[in-house]
Amino acid sequence: MAGRFIEVEHLGKVYEAAAPGTPAALQGVSLGIDQGEFVAVMGPSGSGKSTFMNVVGLLDSPTSGAYRLNGKDVSGLTTDELAHVRNRVFGFVFQGFNLLKRISAAENVALPMVYSGAPGAERRRRSLELLAKVGLAPYADAMPNRLSGGQQQRVAIARALANHPQLILADEPTGNLDTQTSMEIMDFFTALNRETGVTILLVTHENDIAQYAGRLIRFKDGHVVHDGPVAHEKAAE
Amino acid sequence: MNFPSIISEAARSLGANKLRTGLTMLGMVIGVAAVVLMLAVGTGAQNQVNRAVSSMGSNLLVILSGSTSAGTIRMGSGNAPTLTTGDAEAIAKLPNVQAVAPTFPGGGQVAYGISNWGTQVLGVTPEYTSVRDWPVESGEPIGETDIRSATRVALLGATVVEKLFDTEDPVGKTIRIRGQPFQVVGVLKRKGQSLDGRDQDDSVLVPITTAQSKLFGNRFPGTVRFMFVQAVSQEATSAAENDIVLLLRQRHRIQPDADDDFTVRNLTQAAEAASATARILSLMLGAIGSISLVVGGIGIMNIMLVSVTERTREIGIRMAIGARQRDVLVQFLLEALMICIVGGLVGIAIGVAGAFAVGRFMQIEVAFSAWVMLVAFAVSAATGIFFGFWPARRAAALKPVEALRYE
Repeated sequence: MAGRFIEVEHLGKVYEAAAPGTPAALQGVSLGIDQGEFVAVMGPSGSGKSTFMNVVGLLDSPTSGAYRLNGKDVSGLTTDELAHVRNRVFGFVFQGFNLLKRISAAENVALPMVYSGAPGAERRRRSLELLAKVGLAPYADAMPNRLSGGQQQRVAIARALANHPQLILADEPTGNLDTQTSMEIMDFFTALNRETGVTILLVTHENDIAQYAGRLIRFKDGHVVHDGPVAHEKAAE
Repeated sequence: MNFPSIISEAARSLGANKLRTGLTMLGMVIGVAAVVLMLAVGTGAQNQVNRAVSSMGSNLLVILSGSTSAGTIRMGSGNAPTLTTGDAEAIAKLPNVQAVAPTFPGGGQVAYGISNWGTQVLGVTPEYTSVRDWPVESGEPIGETDIRSATRVALLGATVVEKLFDTEDPVGKTIRIRGQPFQVVGVLKRKGQSLDGRDQDDSVLVPITTAQSKLFGNRFPGTVRFMFVQAVSQEATSAAENDIVLLLRQRHRIQPDADDDFTVRNLTQAAEAASATARILSLMLGAIGSISLVVGGIGIMNIMLVSVTERTREIGIRMAIGARQRDVLVQFLLEALMICIVGGLVGIAIGVAGAFAVGRFMQIEVAFSAWVMLVAFAVSAATGIFFGFWPARRAAALKPVEALRYE
């Protein structure tokens, strides 16, 4: 079984603050994800899909089970090592964008490089390059609140790409966007996955959005109820 | 993350939210400025009182001659010619007495060239300047030979020098006192106001014998109006007082049931009362200063707590994209440090400027102490840094997902 990019076994998560009687957020989830996959995670709210995403993204820790990243168990990592993985291996895209409001688009994109220790000139060069790639070159020095939702999400994607990640974790990235913009964002993810081979883990509750992925994992009540290739509904119509 | 980029990150973060930075700094500025201003005014007032007290001379008793009566009109202390230079010499031999300065005061017009000035003229002995703690600044003091020969020499107070002389050095010049020529042998050091607000420098000192015999015609040769007695120590003043009363009653042959024909006043008591007042004043201002410091500290604490707690989500974002706990802590520590240093310096500047303005406006003395500024600065900065750091530490200890969920 060694050699898979991400591998979780019997992953369980119980929230301490949860009301008694509430079922665990994750109940023994076991699966693997390979490099270059584009995976959509679906399920109703409360199904555990976001918890799964946070655990995989090392933003949260599981209460039981094992999580190996590149064959290495992450449970023994210190908080500094976890920060290092989030900084170098992962890139996050959130539903609410999570940009820092008071600094410019380019400075937001450069932020992961601040923590990876890149020199200032290099940070500036790379952030402009990335903004150009997401089609926002003219907005490099704009403040996030001057940008539309779709533009902010593209800044967030550029930020996620700053340190050449192996995995993009996108939690409802189109949840706050209109259909047209959502499609643009999803086209961008698809192209990115195809061209650079970056692994993408996408959480969504919209079937249309999940259609862009190659593999679909459905969660319900903390269990995986479906795991297989995306059935292309458009083709079926 | 290297250090220069942490500093620039902290500076960028402060510059990015100018209102928050400004308000936080304001807490620091007000706290420090209030303490510096308050204590500058307080210390100034205390200094003023202390100087007036010490300008009196230390461990002093004053002996006034008795009163005369003309029929039923009683003239008050100092009018009867009951004290003599002989009494002064006898008192000087008492064990608890350090020195005696018999004084014969009068008033008169003094003149130099075309200037003239009405002032107090005191006939004194050489002991006067040491007993009153009033040194000669330039020239010579009055000597024993001046007393013996009743020479026409004078020591001028600083105010008299100002009124009579422009830029000339008065020492060696000849002035006229009540029309008689006197040579100025020296100038007294400026002494300032007495406790009751009189200008003590508006005086001319001449030998007591000259005052008695030549300046103010006296029907009773050898008498003095009052004398200052300096006890050997603060503790000895009461004993000296008793000794003097006994000695003078004996010398004046006063019957056991008769009243004294002189009055002894203990100036140490007055000085102690004034010092106690000054001490209470300074304690009170110290208390007000401490309260300002506490209030300022609470202000700093509140705004720091609120502004940093409010940034929990920002901390979550930074951690999600790879900031280590240490990176977050150093950044918030630096931000707090920068705010406190700039705010503290501005606070000191405003406090000093404010104290000068108050001093100028209300015509009072202000005094600054580096120690006060340091304490005000250190306490406020410590408060600011702690309450800037502590909530940041709490937020950085959360799991990123919890910090991100903070609204």
